[in-house]
Amino acid sequence: MSDEMLNEEGNVQRTKKFMYVNRKAPYGTVYALESLEVVLIGAAFEQDVSVAFIDDGVYQLTKGQNTTDIGMKNFSPTYAALGDYEVTKIYVEKESLEKRGLTVDDLQHLVWEDEDEDYAEKDSIKVVSAEELGQIFADQDIMLNF
Amino acid sequence: MALEVDGKSYETDEEGYLADLSQWTQPIAVALAKSENLDMTDSHWEVVNFLRSYYEEYQIAPAVRVLTKAIGKKLGKDKGNSKYLYELFPYGPAKQACKIAGLPKPTGCV
Repeated sequence: MSDEMLNEEGNVQRTKKFMYVNRKAPYGTVYALESLEVVLIGAAFEQDVSVAFIDDGVYQLTKGQNTTDIGMKNFSPTYAALGDYEVTKIYVEKESLEKRGLTVDDLQHLVWEDEDEDYAEKDSIKVVSAEELGQIFADQDIMLNF
Repeated sequence: MALEVDGKSYETDEEGYLADLSQWTQPIAVALAKSENLDMTDSHWEVVNFLRSYYEEYQIAPAVRVLTKAIGKKLGKDKGNSKYLYELFPYGPAKQACKIAGLPKPTGCV
C-alpha cells in the first residue's frame, strides 16, 4: 500500500505508512506531549503520517484547554501546527467522542493548506467509527502507541 | 552560561539559547546575533519576528522545512527558499534565527 521511489543509489525505497495512536488524556502523564513531539520529528522524514485519537486521547484535541492550575505548559496550540508539518490525516474515533458526551465541535478546528490549490484550507480531522478505524489500522506499515 | 546586555545578565543554556524567553528584548537579540557573528538587518528582523509570532501561536519553533514554506507564504516566494534563509543565517536558519529570537532549539533539530 506504500508508494515506491528510487533513492540516490537507484534502489527502490518505500515510503512507510506510520500511524500514531493516542489513548490518554493530555495531562497527568507525559504520553500526549511525547507523542506530539515524535509526530513532529517524524514528519521531517517525509513518511506517510497519520494520527489517531481514541478513548481519553480525544481530550487532547479539545478546545479551550487551560493548564494554569496544574503548572504544566498548555501544548494544545501545537496541534494546529500539524498541518504545516504536512500531517493531514487526523482520525478521531466516533464512539470515544460519544461516550464522553463530546462532538467534533468540542475539538479544535484543525486544517491544512493545499499548496496546489492556492493554499485552500482543508479539514484535517476525520471522525470515524471503530470499525473504519480498524480498517485504516490494517493498512499501516508501522503503528506507534501512546 | 550567561549573556551580558546593558549591564544586566541573562541566563542561557550551554549552547547559548536564552533560558527564559519572556526576558527577550531587541537589544538581547542583537547581542545573541553578535555571539553568532551576525549583524541584524531588516531581512534578519523579518525572519526573527516571524519566528516569534509562530512560537506565540503554536508554542513551538518550526522545523526548517516548515519555516521555509511559511516564510514563502507570508513574505513572498523569493524569500521562501533555503538559499535566501541560509544567506541570512549561514549556520542554519532554524538554529541561529531561533536562538536570536529567544526561542528554544527547534524540535527535531539536531
